[in-house]
Amino acid sequence: MKKAILALEDGRTFDCRCFTGSGESGGEAVFNTSMTGYQEVLTDPSYRGQVVTMTYPLVGNYGVNPEDVESDRIQVSAFVVREYQDFPSNFRSKGTLADYLKGQHVMGIDGLDTRALTLHLRNSGAMRVFISTEDPDPLSCVEKAKGLPSMIGLDLASVVSTRLPYRWMQNEIFPIENPARALTSNIWKHRSRLRSVVAFDFGMKYNILRCLEHSGCEVVVVPAATTADTIRAMAPDGIFLSNGPGDPEPVDYAVQTIRELLGYRPIFGICLGIQILGLAMGGKTYKLKFGHRGANQPVKNLKTGRIEITSQNHGFAVDIATLNPDDAEITHVNLNDRTLEGFRHRTLPAFAVQYHPEASPGPQDAQYLFDEFTRLMAGR
Amino acid sequence: MPKRTDIHKILIIGAGPIIISQGCEFDYSGTQACKALKEEGYEVVLINSNPATIMTDPDMADRTYIEPVTPETVAKIVERERPCAILPTLGGQTGLNTAIQVAEMGILEKYGVEMIGASIPSIRKAEDRDLFRQAMHKIGLRIPRSGIATDMDQCRSIAADIGFPIIIRPSFTLGGTGGGVAYNAEDLDMIAKAGLDASMITQVMLEESVLGWKEYELEVMRDHNDNVVIICSIENLDPMGVHTGDSITVAPAQTLTDKEYQRMRNAAIAILREIGVDTGGSNVQFAIHPDTGEMIVVEMNPRVSRSSALASKATGYPIAKIAAKLAVGYTLDEIPNDITGETMASFEPTIDYCVVKIPRWTFEKFPETQDYLTTAMKSVGETMSIGRTFKEALQKGLRSLEIGRYGIGGDGKDPAAAPTRGEIEQHLATPNSKRIFYLRHALQRGMDIRSIYELTRIDPWFLDQIRQIVDMEQAIAESGNEISQSLLREAKATGFSDIQIASLTGSSEHAVKNRRRAQGVLPVYKLVDTCAAEFQAATPYYYSTYETENEARVSDRKKVMILGGGPNRIGQGIEFDYCCVHASFALREEGIESIMVNSNPETVSTDYDTSDKLYFEPLTREDVLHIVETEKPFGVIVQFGGQTPLNLSTPLFKAGVPILGTQPESIDRAEDRKLFQAMLHKLGLIQPENGTATSVAEAVAVAETIGYPVVVRPSYVLGGRAMKIVYDPSELESFTLLAIAASPDHPVLIDKFLEDAIEVDVDAISDGTATIIGGIMEHIEEAGIHSGDSACVLPPYSLKPEILEEITRATKAMAAELNVIGLMNVQYAVKNDSLFVLEVNPRASRTIPFVSKATGVPLAKLATKIMLGKTLKALGLITEKVPSHISVKEAVMPFNRFPDVDTLLGPEMKSTGEVMGIDEDLGSAYAKAQLGAGQNIPLDGTVFISVKDRDKPGALIVARQLYEIGFALMTTRGTGLYFENNGIPSRVVNKVSVGRPHVVDAIMNREIQLILNTGFGNETKRDGYHLRRAAIKYNIPYTTTLAGALALAKAIAAMKQKDLSVKSLQEY
Ligand SMILES: Nc1ncnc2c1ncn2[C@@H]1O[C@H](COP(=O)(O)OP(=O)(O)O)[C@@H](O)[C@H]1O
Ligand SMILES: Nc1ncnc2c1ncn2[C@@H]1O[C@H](COP(=O)(O)OP(=O)(O)O)[C@@H](O)[C@H]1O
Ligand SMILES: [Mg+2]
Ligand SMILES: [Mg+2]
Repeated sequence: MKKAILALEDGRTFDCRCFTGSGESGGEAVFNTSMTGYQEVLTDPSYRGQVVTMTYPLVGNYGVNPEDVESDRIQVSAFVVREYQDFPSNFRSKGTLADYLKGQHVMGIDGLDTRALTLHLRNSGAMRVFISTEDPDPLSCVEKAKGLPSMIGLDLASVVSTRLPYRWMQNEIFPIENPARALTSNIWKHRSRLRSVVAFDFGMKYNILRCLEHSGCEVVVVPAATTADTIRAMAPDGIFLSNGPGDPEPVDYAVQTIRELLGYRPIFGICLGIQILGLAMGGKTYKLKFGHRGANQPVKNLKTGRIEITSQNHGFAVDIATLNPDDAEITHVNLNDRTLEGFRHRTLPAFAVQYHPEASPGPQDAQYLFDEFTRLMAGR
Repeated sequence: MPKRTDIHKILIIGAGPIIISQGCEFDYSGTQACKALKEEGYEVVLINSNPATIMTDPDMADRTYIEPVTPETVAKIVERERPCAILPTLGGQTGLNTAIQVAEMGILEKYGVEMIGASIPSIRKAEDRDLFRQAMHKIGLRIPRSGIATDMDQCRSIAADIGFPIIIRPSFTLGGTGGGVAYNAEDLDMIAKAGLDASMITQVMLEESVLGWKEYELEVMRDHNDNVVIICSIENLDPMGVHTGDSITVAPAQTLTDKEYQRMRNAAIAILREIGVDTGGSNVQFAIHPDTGEMIVVEMNPRVSRSSALASKATGYPIAKIAAKLAVGYTLDEIPNDITGETMASFEPTIDYCVVKIPRWTFEKFPETQDYLTTAMKSVGETMSIGRTFKEALQKGLRSLEIGRYGIGGDGKDPAAAPTRGEIEQHLATPNSKRIFYLRHALQRGMDIRSIYELTRIDPWFLDQIRQIVDMEQAIAESGNEISQSLLREAKATGFSDIQIASLTGSSEHAVKNRRRAQGVLPVYKLVDTCAAEFQAATPYYYSTYETENEARVSDRKKVMILGGGPNRIGQGIEFDYCCVHASFALREEGIESIMVNSNPETVSTDYDTSDKLYFEPLTREDVLHIVETEKPFGVIVQFGGQTPLNLSTPLFKAGVPILGTQPESIDRAEDRKLFQAMLHKLGLIQPENGTATSVAEAVAVAETIGYPVVVRPSYVLGGRAMKIVYDPSELESFTLLAIAASPDHPVLIDKFLEDAIEVDVDAISDGTATIIGGIMEHIEEAGIHSGDSACVLPPYSLKPEILEEITRATKAMAAELNVIGLMNVQYAVKNDSLFVLEVNPRASRTIPFVSKATGVPLAKLATKIMLGKTLKALGLITEKVPSHISVKEAVMPFNRFPDVDTLLGPEMKSTGEVMGIDEDLGSAYAKAQLGAGQNIPLDGTVFISVKDRDKPGALIVARQLYEIGFALMTTRGTGLYFENNGIPSRVVNKVSVGRPHVVDAIMNREIQLILNTGFGNETKRDGYHLRRAAIKYNIPYTTTLAGALALAKAIAAMKQKDLSVKSLQEY
């Protein structure tokens, strides 16, 4: 295995190894505390532009398989673990993690004190990182880390969003050619049986689509920049706002669109979706010190008083204080740091959560939200 | 919801004595519960018959009843204390069963007592196999197909539709005896028959086998708002078929994708809801088919368990404490997470290390039983180890086991001749306590992972990990002692000990360490924080690993390090943990920082808030020295953790570590025969004639000079390991070989065996100038039966005052001569009014907790303060305290777990635990001890007596007493004749060897209620054997010693005279 250097923008460096050959990579360094689900993490578009460290030291144990993917490609810029496991054992495994990463030219790094790295990010906050097997000089690696673009102000949603709209049926994608003509109210094939849902793709995880389909929705996924008029032309029963990577503020075009659509149809947002809805309702977002990334975040449902153990992946959040209490009712809060986890519009049919009810990876305690969405559409 | 205010007094049921499958983990959970409830302001009433527990310390509960954990006793306590609620889920299966029986007696309604934690219906739903099946069916989960049979035809027909192999589980047997796996019709006939008559209600359950499936456990918590969290997932390295308690287990699960894990998580939550465990912790076991992922529910325990103790230590999440708080009405989001301080208990711990639990067996103590593992648990203890890789954790765990190994191999302790392919395959195919080592042999012999998997069904992922260790071993060996810095670092990160590296590179432990030092290859300490570093950790709970960043926060306070006892095993159990915990409490009282080092996850000592700092590490020289070098303590306490730390004292001392209290050279003087003899001589004390031998020839010579019978044993072993009374040269020869094998580098000790001597145990405390006797215990059984196995009485009941004075004088003289600072234990034998010294242990003994509870003097705490320089005078201990009430300690034997061993007691310790009985008179106290030990005492019926000639006069006394209080007598011919000649009528019955109908038939026909049988001469040994096994199987009280019988007669008389009363420790 080739020696590598992992360099953080603040000058801290780690000697490590590359278990996928050689190369260079960089992005925002973040850590994820889930003990399972590395393949879902790798393919989650919300990780676009990030170098993800798993805090659980042994990764690769159960290999990779064709089913456990959340998008059509690996999204992380690089993947960092304590000890890569090259001998997978699981009845569904189709190959090793290393080959999977190699196949998509994503660097896999191991052999470093990932707990030290995690502690550093916890104390100093998420920051840019540069990894190289080519440049043996730590100092110049640090310089290269400094040279990387910052997450703030970066519109990553448009980068990961689908170019063509598509239908989602039984785990399959059916692209919709020449959207200009196709995206009308005639696009729905099962209006009578199923709820027609337009899903904005800011970095959609497949499992959200599986969940929507499971709770009786016919889903058409549209690009992030789709206009309000197009949506109206489609006359759906409901509008879904997906998760996605990075900073919501630069996604102002979508914020504008949603502002126009507020009240037109029931709206449900997840992750980046709640941030866009929040901005559309006049709130502000801010960057968390090191974000929430894991599968054990306790969230309290203020309506029921019940606790949901949730899967999360976000670096930005809606500032509770900036939401107008007359419009927004806080429905969920994070029990660890009391940050906003969910709200709904008091008068209009719109609600959203910051965490991931579709889980994958993580606990499925909150999947009831998808049914709430369909109920909201039904109640219309 | 805040805590309940409608209840204020809560009764906690403890687990009773330590037995196989119910170890000191229930002291850990019970202690946590007591603390939690007291800190919430509840009045806590506790019942537990086990004096060696921390939970039975007088200040842990408001009322502490050291009484038999039986429904009757609990009923009496309820009547006396009128608690508002009973919390039954922290005392293991015993606690649960007792609670159910109490409920069935109608006690709860009668006194308006509420059951909290788990309701009776939910307990039944979980425990009753049929109800459980229905419940699982209701929520769409599968459990193995099964059927109940009460005769062989039913067995066959059930087997016919389930198919082979098939699991046979007798209903209501002790410890699953009579159960097993049938692979064909023949096995079935054999095992099912055995099972049927092993079962008290001649009933067996036949269950579809899922042998070889992957086994998992989830630890789950639920509050009454129906919030549920999973605390920990555990994957068994050994597949289904090996009891989880006998399996090497790993946390978290290693080979499940998130999809499969979530499926299991959802199932566990659904099960808790369906069973209706409204609050607290539960444990759910699953089996997963390795090729299809099909999931089966094995069982669920609606209570805290061994695994929840493990899960608590593995994650830092205090399950029992939280369970107790949930039981009184809190919800998870109202209880803070002590470890982080800033977050709440309503989350799922995530860990960033790998945890390995390895069972500790003691097959060496039961040579008659085969070393193989199956569905009934056999291990007596366990170690836990933490590493950043599985390989590191596994090897740390193996060297924590106290079996003389320093890793999986290459430690110089491998069998001289590499095992043959045949031996290897045999040891892989049939699970056994050595299998993990044979995995290495197999790989070294070039067996591929596939074929090893075929034989073991151990997941290939684990096999590959071991392959990596084997490869590393190879690399180290090839590197020789010019081993490079990078390889050295890798080796350490793979868990290799310096001893392994030394023997692989032909170097010495010392040299390897120096080389590492020079190259900066040193361990760092990382925190167990429940959250993988996402939040700041408040509690300093550490493990070592070989990485770059050290998180040990070394304070500049005065600190003292306590070395724990490691895994529980026969001869060294909870008693020593009790002492370590007290040392820690004493240090706190003295304002000194306490640092605990231990590797046993079941204990209170490894609870994160027992000491100021906890290092969860192996107790080897290397690992301990690393901690010393990091913490630089003012001193180290080695005399509380039993033989494990005691054996480290000299090495540590040589390495310049300050040892507190009695110094190593004194320890040597007590342990080294020659030095010891010199000392006794100097003090004019006598010991049984003796000599030492390093060869068979010498041994025979020595025996000739001192005369048979003699006691043979190796030096430096605790628990009378490999020790035997031999009557003739041939026995001596065969045994000497064994003894030399058990402890090669130490001579064999040969003592004159004192027949019919009274044994006395003495615990004393000394500050270097003054010595105070903590307690003198007179054994019930005669010398020759290991002190750990014989019942004893405090204060002595038959010894003459002169003897007691002599004992006191001798003890004080030895303490002074050895200048003991701290605790000392002496065992004496008294024969025809002369006092023999058997042995002196300059350390805390097994009896310290018992003595402390009997006398109310916290010896271990005081000893700690003395080690810190205080005097007895300053501590206010100036005179012996001899209580007016009688305390009896009785040992608890694991024989029901080992179907084929003889139950005769001897000089080799075999008991796993002890109970205490307290009362005003010997009879009642002894009765309580017997009941506590699970011995049911008949008040009338027939007593069977069969004794060797020497014992007949004594037996006559017993016979007469029992006869006079209304017992009928049954005897074998010789005994019967003797009785008849002395005017006691008895019905004579055949010995088994004579022919049927014989005594065992009589036992089966329930014609015998009590058995007195002292070991026959060898010719009829088998007879006694059959008899004693039958007694175990049919749970008929028996005693194998006259002394025991006499005491039992006293007890029966006492019980006939008056109903046993209950009284709390605080009232004595
Ligand atoms: N149907 C079965 N087939 C094979 N092994 C089994 C089966 N049921 C249980 N076992 C094994 O027996 C062990 C003990 O069974 P369990 O139901 O857990 O009883 P206990 O109450 O003693 O834990 C389990 O850990 C498992 O390894
Ligand atoms: N010379 C002896 N005569 C009679 N019994 C003895 C003699 N030596 C030892 N024993 C018996 O063997 C038991 C174990 O011996 P001991 O020296 O205490 O070993 P351990 O270190 O296991 O405690 C004692 O408790 C005692 O009952
Ligand atoms: Mg079990
Ligand atoms: Mg002894």
